[in-house]
Amino acid sequence: MPARNRDFPTALAVPALVAVAFFLLPLIGLLARVPWSRAVDLLATREVLDALLLSLRCSLAATVLSLVLGLPLAVWLSSGTSRTHALVRALVTLPMVLPPVVGGVALLLAFGRRGVVGAPLGEWFGIALPFHPAAVVLAEAYIAMPFFVLTVEAGLRALDRRYLDAAATLGAGPWRVFRTVTLPLLAPSLRAGLLIAWARALGEFGATITFAGNLAGSTRSMPLAVFDAFERSPDAAIVLSLVLVVVSAAVLFSLRRRWFPA
Amino acid sequence: MKSLKSVVVWWCCLLLVGCGAGGERAEARLRVFAAASLTEAFEALVDGFGARHPEVAVELHCAGTPQLVLQIREGAPVDVFASADAVQMQRVVEFATTLGEPQVFATNRLAIAVPAGNPHGIAGLADLARDDLRVLLCGPDVPAGRYARQVLERAGVAVRSVSDEPSVKSVVTKLLLGEVDAGIVYATDVAAAGAALTSVAIPSESGVAVAYPIVTLAQGASPETATAFVDFVRSDAGQRILVACGFEAP
Repeated sequence: MPARNRDFPTALAVPALVAVAFFLLPLIGLLARVPWSRAVDLLATREVLDALLLSLRCSLAATVLSLVLGLPLAVWLSSGTSRTHALVRALVTLPMVLPPVVGGVALLLAFGRRGVVGAPLGEWFGIALPFHPAAVVLAEAYIAMPFFVLTVEAGLRALDRRYLDAAATLGAGPWRVFRTVTLPLLAPSLRAGLLIAWARALGEFGATITFAGNLAGSTRSMPLAVFDAFERSPDAAIVLSLVLVVVSAAVLFSLRRRWFPA
Repeated sequence: MKSLKSVVVWWCCLLLVGCGAGGERAEARLRVFAAASLTEAFEALVDGFGARHPEVAVELHCAGTPQLVLQIREGAPVDVFASADAVQMQRVVEFATTLGEPQVFATNRLAIAVPAGNPHGIAGLADLARDDLRVLLCGPDVPAGRYARQVLERAGVAVRSVSDEPSVKSVVTKLLLGEVDAGIVYATDVAAAGAALTSVAIPSESGVAVAYPIVTLAQGASPETATAFVDFVRSDAGQRILVACGFEAP
């Protein structure tokens, strides 16, 4: 027996194997029912391409939004340990533990036509967010940004402060230190944060269908297309699911060094 | 070794508890799946049936018909299925074993639902094509969405729904929240929503026949009780409840 297995009590083997099977079986169930010979035909339909394109656009937009708004927030969160910091961190973490459909209801009540933000938006600018692709981006960003913020904040806290102090003593201002020292050192965390936020945005379902609705070509992203196809043509739903499984697995693969260090 | 034994015993206990909970079954339990538009009527029907058969515990599940059909297809232990159209019922008949033929037990009418007071002055189907309106329909596979598209096509009105909603109740919710200006649902849904919504009638000549079939499924747990429930729905007492909710007798 290899040395590293010495600490593993044999009694735990059975439940551990059950757990492995629990995660493996759904994948096998999906793969077993993939209609391989028709897979390409099922994917090459107008609706699927629309959903795929919409998903790519909206999830990338949500990821950019996470970067533009989330990076400054992560920098601020990592800059202190006050009560306000803790409160804001809890606020940002909330969407990670909240059922996404609740997030969708809340977004609808805030940004909908009668919402606290939505009503003035409509009155002053004639903007109505629900049922518009912009609502998909907002729903995805609401759910995905926390993953980016927390990943980057952890990266910032783990930075070796001596580099930043050295730059400061050499006369660099806070902005220059941030740009030329912090950001390059932070690159691995930024990459990981962007990837995980993008994957989460791509998979967003509950908040999207509640806040943005479900219309082909306008707000029907890939997960909504899976949900929709499952009632009509289960084979199409299975093939679409397979695409999402492959994309998610690819994300995991590219994050392997960070999450599964050898 | 002692710790190994205790862990194994502990796990077996857990498994037994789990199996026990799963295997426990009431003497007569009836699971009824009904189209979303039947929600209020079937709640009343379940109450009426319960008063006559106190020994039966009825579980009622209402959702958009395609979602119910999906769950039946995947083997949900359903005793009675009430569909909002014959198309979805036909699918169930094709892949599930039914006890007897589906029977139509009620009919309904489509209506344009608008906020109380009709703030946008919608007078009929033709108004739904207006650019300043946000109109909401059910998806094309949902019976109400299919009926609505038929009616609009016959009237020659091109409407772009802002979303394909999964059920009439979800259209009603978006109307109540003020997110849309009009929707096509059933007349009974507008009535069930209370004073917040008003209906604009759709002329009967452009209307479609909305008929609800009901069937008993072999995959349920208690076929006899299921038949009794279907008989009750079709009885005079059952029909009175449906008419009180705005449905019409077939």
